[in-house]
Amino acid sequence: MRSYCVLLRCLGLRCSGLRCAPNRPLLLVSLLSGLLLTAGCSSIQPWVKPYERNNLADPIMSFSPDPVEAGYLHHVFQSREGARGAEGGGGGGCGCN
Amino acid sequence: MAATDHALARPLNGQPGRLRGGLWLLLVALFSLPASAAVLPADRADVLYHSYEGGGVKIDGPAVLVRKSVTDDVSLSAQYYVDEISGASIDVQVLASEYAEERTQYDLGADYLLSKTIISLGYSNSSENDYEADTYSIGISQDFFGDLSTLSLSYAQGSDTVGKSTDPTFSEEKTTRSYQFGWTQVITKNLLMNFIYHVITDEGYLNNPYRAFRYLDNANDPSAGYTWLTEKYPETRTSHAAAVRGRYYLPYRAAFGFEYRRYNDTWNINAYNLDLSYTHPLGQHWILDLRYRFYSQSDADFYADLFPAENFQTYMGRDKELSEFTTHTFGVKVSYELDTGWSRNWLEKASVSLAWDLIQLDYDNFRDARRDDLTPGTEPLYEFDADVIRFFISAWF
Repeated sequence: MRSYCVLLRCLGLRCSGLRCAPNRPLLLVSLLSGLLLTAGCSSIQPWVKPYERNNLADPIMSFSPDPVEAGYLHHVFQSREGARGAEGGGGGGCGCN
Repeated sequence: MAATDHALARPLNGQPGRLRGGLWLLLVALFSLPASAAVLPADRADVLYHSYEGGGVKIDGPAVLVRKSVTDDVSLSAQYYVDEISGASIDVQVLASEYAEERTQYDLGADYLLSKTIISLGYSNSSENDYEADTYSIGISQDFFGDLSTLSLSYAQGSDTVGKSTDPTFSEEKTTRSYQFGWTQVITKNLLMNFIYHVITDEGYLNNPYRAFRYLDNANDPSAGYTWLTEKYPETRTSHAAAVRGRYYLPYRAAFGFEYRRYNDTWNINAYNLDLSYTHPLGQHWILDLRYRFYSQSDADFYADLFPAENFQTYMGRDKELSEFTTHTFGVKVSYELDTGWSRNWLEKASVSLAWDLIQLDYDNFRDARRDDLTPGTEPLYEFDADVIRFFISAWF
């Protein structure tokens, strides 16, 4: 029973006979600690290894293989359209209308 | 210069100035992130000829870019760009306004690799006989999470002086500030994605001084004709744009690309575009790119093709770029690459590329006011096609 109550306290619950009532501040701290510990044990690891990136490194995968040409084309669209911004690589961040 | 021509000739405004509290916090956070191998852009040179032809106007000229590392951690770039303008757009034909014949732009940039973070600085100047623009920019990017993620932030500030070729005393100022956040993520060994959020604010003279709106002389009788008057624009504009794009590597060495972007601003223009592209190498030397883009926008609050009266509302404009319209773009690009294998010497790779895009613009509430034989407001809706051509030679060294 004693070890059971210790466990409950660790989880932020108060032991009173066989009944347990929530102790909210302790519960919150326990949950946060638990999350941090869990994160520490199994944090997300990079899932694509360096030796698996041949395809990504191929020049045909570039978002902007020719920056001068891409910048020019963004400029054309920006001049003819009301929208501007978020063009990505090669865009000039043009504020022009 | 004519508004339409002017717009296309307009410089790439850019970038940086004061960094506000939130941005500083983000910068500090970025510097404290665990770093991995960031890479400076490759050394290369491009010589490009560009041509835009459509709607009665032709804009073409050269562009030259040189990028070179001067040390292991510093890369410098310089670009020279020229627009030569000829012809007469619909705005010139209707309003008989004059226009500049040339715009010249210089860009200088520096990228600094610092403890696996890249810091970029830029300056741009654009000059024509009735418009001057200076832009400064600063940016920072960092790879982390085992090189699977790249975060970037940039700020730019531009100062423009707007003139009018028909009035030497006319001079107005405009300030543009740009804030951009970017995130690039490796999703799988075949899929790369990128997210960008971009805010741009303008303050000052935002009109095009050559453009005019038209209003009915008699609101109850359109056949009585109309009168042109210089447009009245708000003096501020803030826009938000968010884009998601991706590239997927296909099993037979080809790539599929997509982009979706949403846009809105305080003038109440709402827009989106969808891009699809396909890259296909042919043999060892050729690369073929195909592309389709669809764009759609609603009109600005103060836009009308024909206002009922002179003082109908506070702000009034008739720029077709502020109207409701859609565009379709079909593009093809062919590149021939030559791997010289001369890496012991100065030239590692070279390529020659030719690209052509056809843009079809269909306006939903901008009418062809050249048709003065028709009752105002009943003219046909305007539409035109534009051909955009680029021919360029690139060298990597």
